[in-house]
Amino acid sequence: MSSEAAQVLDEYGRPGAAPEIQGRHTYGTITDKIAGLVLERRCGPGFWITLGVTSALAVIFAVSLIYLLVAGTGIWGLNNTEDWGFMIASYVWWIAIGNSGTFISAFLVLLRQRWRTSINRFAEAMTIFAVAMAGLMPIMHLGRPWFFYWLAPYPDKMSLWPQWRSPLEWDFFANTTYLILSILFWYLGLLPDLATMRDQAHKRWQQLAYGLLALGWRGDARHWHHYESAYRLLAGLGAPLVISVHSVVAIDFAFADLPGWHSTILPPYFIGGALYSGIALALTITISLRALFGLQDFITPRHLANLAKLMLACSFVLTYTYAAEIFTAFYSADHFEIYTAIDRLGGRYAFTYWIAIFCNVVVPQSIWFRRVRASPLALLVVTVIINVGMWDERFMIIVTSLHRTFLPSSWHTFVPTFWDWSTLVGSLGTFVLLFLLFARCFPVISMAELRRLNARVTGVDR
Amino acid sequence: MSAASRRSRCYGLMAEFASAGEILAAVRASRGAGYERVEAYTPYPVDGLAEALGLRKSPIPLLTLIGGLLGAATGWFLQWYSAVLDYPLNAGGRPLYSWPAFIPSTIELGILGACLCAFGGMLWFAGLPRLRHPAFDTPDFRRVSRDRFFLCIRSEDPMFHIERTHAWLMALSPLRVANTPMNPEEPA
Repeated sequence: MSSEAAQVLDEYGRPGAAPEIQGRHTYGTITDKIAGLVLERRCGPGFWITLGVTSALAVIFAVSLIYLLVAGTGIWGLNNTEDWGFMIASYVWWIAIGNSGTFISAFLVLLRQRWRTSINRFAEAMTIFAVAMAGLMPIMHLGRPWFFYWLAPYPDKMSLWPQWRSPLEWDFFANTTYLILSILFWYLGLLPDLATMRDQAHKRWQQLAYGLLALGWRGDARHWHHYESAYRLLAGLGAPLVISVHSVVAIDFAFADLPGWHSTILPPYFIGGALYSGIALALTITISLRALFGLQDFITPRHLANLAKLMLACSFVLTYTYAAEIFTAFYSADHFEIYTAIDRLGGRYAFTYWIAIFCNVVVPQSIWFRRVRASPLALLVVTVIINVGMWDERFMIIVTSLHRTFLPSSWHTFVPTFWDWSTLVGSLGTFVLLFLLFARCFPVISMAELRRLNARVTGVDR
Repeated sequence: MSAASRRSRCYGLMAEFASAGEILAAVRASRGAGYERVEAYTPYPVDGLAEALGLRKSPIPLLTLIGGLLGAATGWFLQWYSAVLDYPLNAGGRPLYSWPAFIPSTIELGILGACLCAFGGMLWFAGLPRLRHPAFDTPDFRRVSRDRFFLCIRSEDPMFHIERTHAWLMALSPLRVANTPMNPEEPA
């Protein structure tokens, strides 16, 4: 970092904090760098290898789902007692990842956090792909997935209507609305950049493709006027929406009468966990893209440190709810609640509980150290551990509450099969594949917002 | 009007600038000099430009509110109609009109209506999609999405005079001033 860059003050006028943009940039160099990543950059062997591996995983995912359609849910390790397994854990995990992408793009724009500019585009892309993965999971878990459209209210020939009082029905509306809003929000922010791609492209087919997607955007002050109004409104709508979406996910659990699920703390518990794991994955992606695409000028140590601090704050919300859960179980003096709590700490699936504690409570404490916050590699390791821990936590919540039910005669265990694992790993690969294609075809950072940010931060107006 | 004479019609005079500060000053000066049909094209939303151009407040917030209320009302009506009138289902003697359970779906449909109106309203009021526009025929206009700022004084402006307006724009010391023609297929 040059000494000049170190002199730049942050928004509170404090010296020392790394600026949001480093180096000497103009509107032109910002555009060339970000648009060039798509238009000029040649794909190296690393890209093709990653594309090959993730495509293979996507094929495994497709095969797993097709086999499920043919053979039914018996291919998983489910039984009459353990009737929720990997799919529901993955569903909660994926939708949580999505929620955090909206948190980064919507909450931070409302809070006027300028540093979000460099990360919101791919956080939104992360949201869309994660919600797409999340949506598949409960549908495939239905048993007869081809009837999932019965969730939609329409005047059908059987004169049936959906059960409006069920959280599973609320889920349908919450997730559908969420997917639509996420796509519109992402596309609206992308419009000016698509126009840039249209104008910068040299190949005819690229000009045509980006030109059609840009809808004729020409940077008219009238366009910007309405654009900014709509953008802020969508952010304002997205903020309560993510809270409601994940609350409904939590209520799917809390409405059941099972010990460990039937609790009012579940919605805030799940939302805290959602922000936590999503910020962790956003940070994993941020660090990877920064290194792969050479975005150090736009994604500075400040972005990494801010995301890490947010993650640390979320880990405390989660630590509190872990403690509150155990406390409430004993305070309730309810035989079954206490038994489930003891079973979580020392029963058959206790290892999942202690993995969650280690990954989600112990490991993030390393973020207190400035050296960890300043090291992309250390942060990468921490975020991956946290995401493993968060998936494990969702699995723990499901499996421990189910395997010891009220009647000892129906106690059972869940052992994942090959198809459980192949669906999980396949969905991860498909997500990375989609993200790879996104980064290959669209600008990963909002160029229009970077131009404005550069003018504000450095005062260079050209 | 024949196609040839349409082609000769002028959309406006375009002055090209290199910075946001310059275009803001140029818009203010032109509006101050009495020009009314002034347009500005920029690579990012420049603060204060909408006010300098005298653009009215965007109607999108009101539209979004209406969309949200309509969405929520539709959601509520749908649930009430199907659960109370069309398909009354007695589950353990609970009331048919169990309104607290209707709240989540109502909120979601309200947000859906609002977000569709915000997005659709943006397209409608910005006049998009419109792939063909006279401004695109301006020389160097490809750079409007990169690093250049354009000021346009429309030929429909009552004060517009091809030479005098050209001289006025040149006095603002832009990079260049160009005559942007009307599309041949543009309706008269």
